[in-house]
Amino acid sequence: MLLISCPNCGPRDETEFHYGGQAHVAYPENPDALTDRQWAEYLFYRDNTKGAFAERWVHSTGCRQWFNMLRDTVSYDIQAIYKMGEPRPDVNTSAATTPEGATK
Amino acid sequence: MSADHLPEHPDFLWRNPEPKASYDAVIVGGGGHGLATAYFLAKNHGMTNIAVLEKGWLAGGNMARNTTIIRSNYLWDESAAIYEHALKLWEILPEELEYDFLFSQRGVMNLAHTLGDVRESIRRVGANKLNGVDAEWLDPQQVKELCPILNISDNIRYPVMGATYQPRAGIAKHDHVAWAFARKCDELGVDIIQNCEVTGFLKDGNRVVGVKTNQGTIHTEKVGLAAAGHSSVLAEMAGFRLPIQSHPLQALVSELHEPVHPTVVMSNHVHVYVSQAHKGELVMGAGVDSYNGYGQRGSFHVIEHQMAAAVELFPIFARAHVLRTWGGIVDTTMDASPIVGLSPVENMFVNCGWGTGGFKGTPAAGLTFAHTIATGTPHELNKPFSLERFETGALIDEHGAAAVAH
Ligand SMILES: Cc1cc2nc3c(=O)[nH]c(=O)nc-3n(C[C@H](O)[C@H](O)[C@H](O)COP(=O)(O)OP(=O)(O)OC[C@H]3O[C@@H](n4cnc5c(N)ncnc54)[C@H](O)[C@@H]3O)c2cc1C
Ligand SMILES: [Zn+2]
Repeated sequence: MLLISCPNCGPRDETEFHYGGQAHVAYPENPDALTDRQWAEYLFYRDNTKGAFAERWVHSTGCRQWFNMLRDTVSYDIQAIYKMGEPRPDVNTSAATTPEGATK
Repeated sequence: MSADHLPEHPDFLWRNPEPKASYDAVIVGGGGHGLATAYFLAKNHGMTNIAVLEKGWLAGGNMARNTTIIRSNYLWDESAAIYEHALKLWEILPEELEYDFLFSQRGVMNLAHTLGDVRESIRRVGANKLNGVDAEWLDPQQVKELCPILNISDNIRYPVMGATYQPRAGIAKHDHVAWAFARKCDELGVDIIQNCEVTGFLKDGNRVVGVKTNQGTIHTEKVGLAAAGHSSVLAEMAGFRLPIQSHPLQALVSELHEPVHPTVVMSNHVHVYVSQAHKGELVMGAGVDSYNGYGQRGSFHVIEHQMAAAVELFPIFARAHVLRTWGGIVDTTMDASPIVGLSPVENMFVNCGWGTGGFKGTPAAGLTFAHTIATGTPHELNKPFSLERFETGALIDEHGAAAVAH
């Protein structure tokens, strides 16, 4: 079980959260201008990174807020947790900067 | 179903050759699908100068980690066609491969616990019958007759309201299936190369002409990707994307018990499925871990949840113990259907997206993927399962038939 540090509530069990998949995928600005291929990319294609992956989680049984997380998909180590709207931090795995209480 | 039905542990069944400098075709991935593909390439298409490259040991991926459920009771025509073809192949393969891998047609039950389940199930039984797939709707009493240890009382949170039943479905011994294919491949001249990790591709323009591996460069005219959970990683090396997310999928076994469970029981709603292996372990599984993962392990609460469901349905399991849990990496798609066909790279073909339920499809994946690789065009059965469907919108949504990962 992952121990996830909600930016609002602190460290809580994974079972309090829901997964939201890849982070930083914006809704297309002009959906009607997209080709079928581009629309398929938006709907069905997501990165499936082996290694550091930026993803969204929501603290569904706590503050109900969404946030972003950088997590290694092989070791499952949480490398950073950051707010929605913030850019993906430049984290080097060995010296990960995590908010207070975040699991490493 | 007792221990004396198990065959002796076999001797070495295949050579361990050095890779040649070139092959007519290279299959990446030595799981069930890669091996079945190589077998049908050699047997049906006369392509014997081929190799299966496996980064670890044979069947060390999902092939020998799955819970071995085989069935074909899917909803849509496209799925019924390919899974039913697979089931018919399972029925003849032990003889064809000259290997008794303990294919046991003990039936599979899919329980219904809500009115929605009941409606979906009865609809699926109807669809199955129209497609020539054996299917029945059972009321709770009939469920109890087939599987006496099931609790069908009204006093549980989600009482059993009935079940679909496919009598020809069942289980098989997965590692033996891999060995059966590997031995035949080897006899036909296929090179099976273990500890050989593909690390990149050689391309001439948009055409693949070789693979880079930790055992050197191998030239080839055709490449078939059958890497299950690692399909996206290989596609990225080749320069294209796949609409796949890799998740951990866990399973567990109990210690050995006397035969108590005569069939296979699956429940989408309380989310567990159970069978009893030939040796006597209770084999259980359920859903994927929610997060993306390549770690071949998941979180324990997922195991806890499926055990709670199992104990509610089968009260006598309360005294059983978990002996082992493990995880694989499953390649899931948005419509819970596989991708078998061409790729954006010339002469490179993809077989992936079988997700939580590709063991049952092994023979048909092999047959159709071999056809696709040998002829450059899909077989009738895998034509609908193209990568293009995500662009055209012709999705094959099997979330109803595939909702409990199996
Ligand atoms: C816990 C669990 C339970 C399941 N239960 C069922 C079930 O009951 N019924 C059912 O039908 N299905 C089930 N499945 C799904 C089924 O196991 C898979 O869909 C199926 O095994 C996938 O095909 P495969 O056998 O070829 O995969 P794998 O055995 O995973 O083969 C892929 C191979 O590719 C290799 N590979 C990856 N990258 C490279 C590389 N770069 N170079 C060389 N080799 C590489 C891997 O090492 C691996 O051996 C289950 C899966 C899991 C994990
Ligand atoms: Zn919170």
